[in-house]
Amino acid sequence: MADLEALIKAFSGIGVDENSLISILANSNHEHKKSLRKGYSKFFIEDENGFERLHQSTIKNLKLEFKRFRDAVVLSLLHPWERDARLIEKAMKKGPRHYSVIVEIACTRSSNELLGARKAYHSLFDHSIEEDLASHIKGSERKLLVALVSAYRYEGPKVNDDVAKSEAEILSNAIKNADKRKPIEDEDAIMILSTRSKPHLQAVYEHYNKICGKTITEDLEAEGILKDTVECLCTPATYFTRVLDAALTVDADEESKKALTRVIVTQKELREKEGYVPNKIQGILTGSYKDFILGLVARGEN
Amino acid sequence: MATIDVPHQASFLEDAEALRKACQGWGTDEKAIISVLGHRNAAQRKQIRLAYEELYQEDLIKRLESELSGDFEKAVYRWVLDPADRDAVLANVAIKKISPDHHVIIEISCTRSPEELLAVRRAYQARYKHSLEEDVAAHTKGDIRKLLVALVSAFRYDGEEINTRLANSEANILHDAIKDKAFNHEEVIRILSTRSKMQLMATFNRYRDDQGTSITKKLLGESGDEFLVALRTAVRCLNDPKKYFEKVLRNSIKRIGTDEDALTRVIVTRAEKDLKEIKDLYHKRNSMPLEQVVAKDTSGDYKAFLLTLLGKED
Repeated sequence: MADLEALIKAFSGIGVDENSLISILANSNHEHKKSLRKGYSKFFIEDENGFERLHQSTIKNLKLEFKRFRDAVVLSLLHPWERDARLIEKAMKKGPRHYSVIVEIACTRSSNELLGARKAYHSLFDHSIEEDLASHIKGSERKLLVALVSAYRYEGPKVNDDVAKSEAEILSNAIKNADKRKPIEDEDAIMILSTRSKPHLQAVYEHYNKICGKTITEDLEAEGILKDTVECLCTPATYFTRVLDAALTVDADEESKKALTRVIVTQKELREKEGYVPNKIQGILTGSYKDFILGLVARGEN
Repeated sequence: MATIDVPHQASFLEDAEALRKACQGWGTDEKAIISVLGHRNAAQRKQIRLAYEELYQEDLIKRLESELSGDFEKAVYRWVLDPADRDAVLANVAIKKISPDHHVIIEISCTRSPEELLAVRRAYQARYKHSLEEDVAAHTKGDIRKLLVALVSAFRYDGEEINTRLANSEANILHDAIKDKAFNHEEVIRILSTRSKMQLMATFNRYRDDQGTSITKKLLGESGDEFLVALRTAVRCLNDPKKYFEKVLRNSIKRIGTDEDALTRVIVTRAEKDLKEIKDLYHKRNSMPLEQVVAKDTSGDYKAFLLTLLGKED
């Protein structure tokens, strides 16, 4: 029936179609809702005690989809420093699968924006970011992550090309020796990636390509957040496109969907990419969440 | 407390004129320079430089550099700079030496407040077009490098709160790391470079209570082991900077070690901070006032300038 189809549609996609839900359910009587439940096999199952029971996983997923608009609003309202500090703290608490968020923030913000996030972190959590990361993270990612959030990179254009070339070789060796020592724990690699300016690292990226015939990111395919680090520092547009692509697919996982909110809210430049993002958004997002995200993309201004 | 004696009101134009007059003609009136600059705080010195630039279209610092020489010139140059800029210059000089002065880098990163250290990093970038941490990383190796880069990159929480359970567990970590001569450097570096100063002092106190001796005594070892020496310096700077500076002065005067700039550096960088307490410590420890020893050990304009910064009346 038409209402069942509309109901299913209202709950498909990223976000929920609030208006549709209002018009379907607000005037729906007991019998009508019963027939909706009986028809909605994805959400409801016949319980042996004679009622249509909601799937446990559906409760969790519905919560997430209803929350999406709220989270986008709050994220966009927060001062960028507080926003980044909270994102880092959450990512740290959630564990290794979320460390790429820490990399994203540490590597794509300007030096002063990152500094601001560190100050906000003091105010919010009574600790420094580096002390919490250092004591919380025990694995091989620790050194790199602590170093990345501690950086205050020079932002001028001056690059020493000879140094960039020799540092490309250092990185190449670190990657070649991966079987002896994980590149993410290579001290020299960490120093280069966490202290050098972004223009310098872009020069390193070019030299690496010339020396090795492949890009660093290709060679770091298996190296998780180390790859993210290089991508965010040297080719951020590629990184963000990759993240958006992963989010704007039909069966994207929750982390990818959360990334969609985060990236659209925090990245001004992306929003100016005409056509691509708005079209995909129309097809996959829904409800107030869709309207809000489309609004952010269209305005192109923070 | 500061030692310099500063007037309540100063006319920056008059000061600029006085300095100009001191530099004109043959020779230089060093006494006039000392009597103006030696009695102005950082904010005032900045205003004087601006006034001088406006009046004479010349950088006061460049003028002084060309008029003065020797230890006196070095001291005045460092004194006239903004504190953050001064620390940036000191750090750069320390880094670029054939054998970098690790202790100067540790001193700056561990005795300045978190905000002051940030200002130093900004000033360093403005001056040298590199970040402080990348230059430190490029000129050091191994564990020293890890320690120093971590220390200069720190933006410590500045609060008073202490977590006693944490102080306890980290005191144990430090103890285990030190006792085991094959040292877990990672944990020591993590604790020293990320924790707030209050938290660290609680940790060091706990260490002393548990072990019966201070952690600095336990870190005494081969002077050839530069990592150990650096660790000890960091702990001393973090734990009790005034005591640390007193010792630096004492060693410098006794000619222990090779830190020739130490006298100038400590007096210039602490004159507006805690040189009074350092002087008192020195007097207690050596039964002689610091001014007396400096007067005996130095001469000429350099001596006059240092004594002025120490607060001695002319």
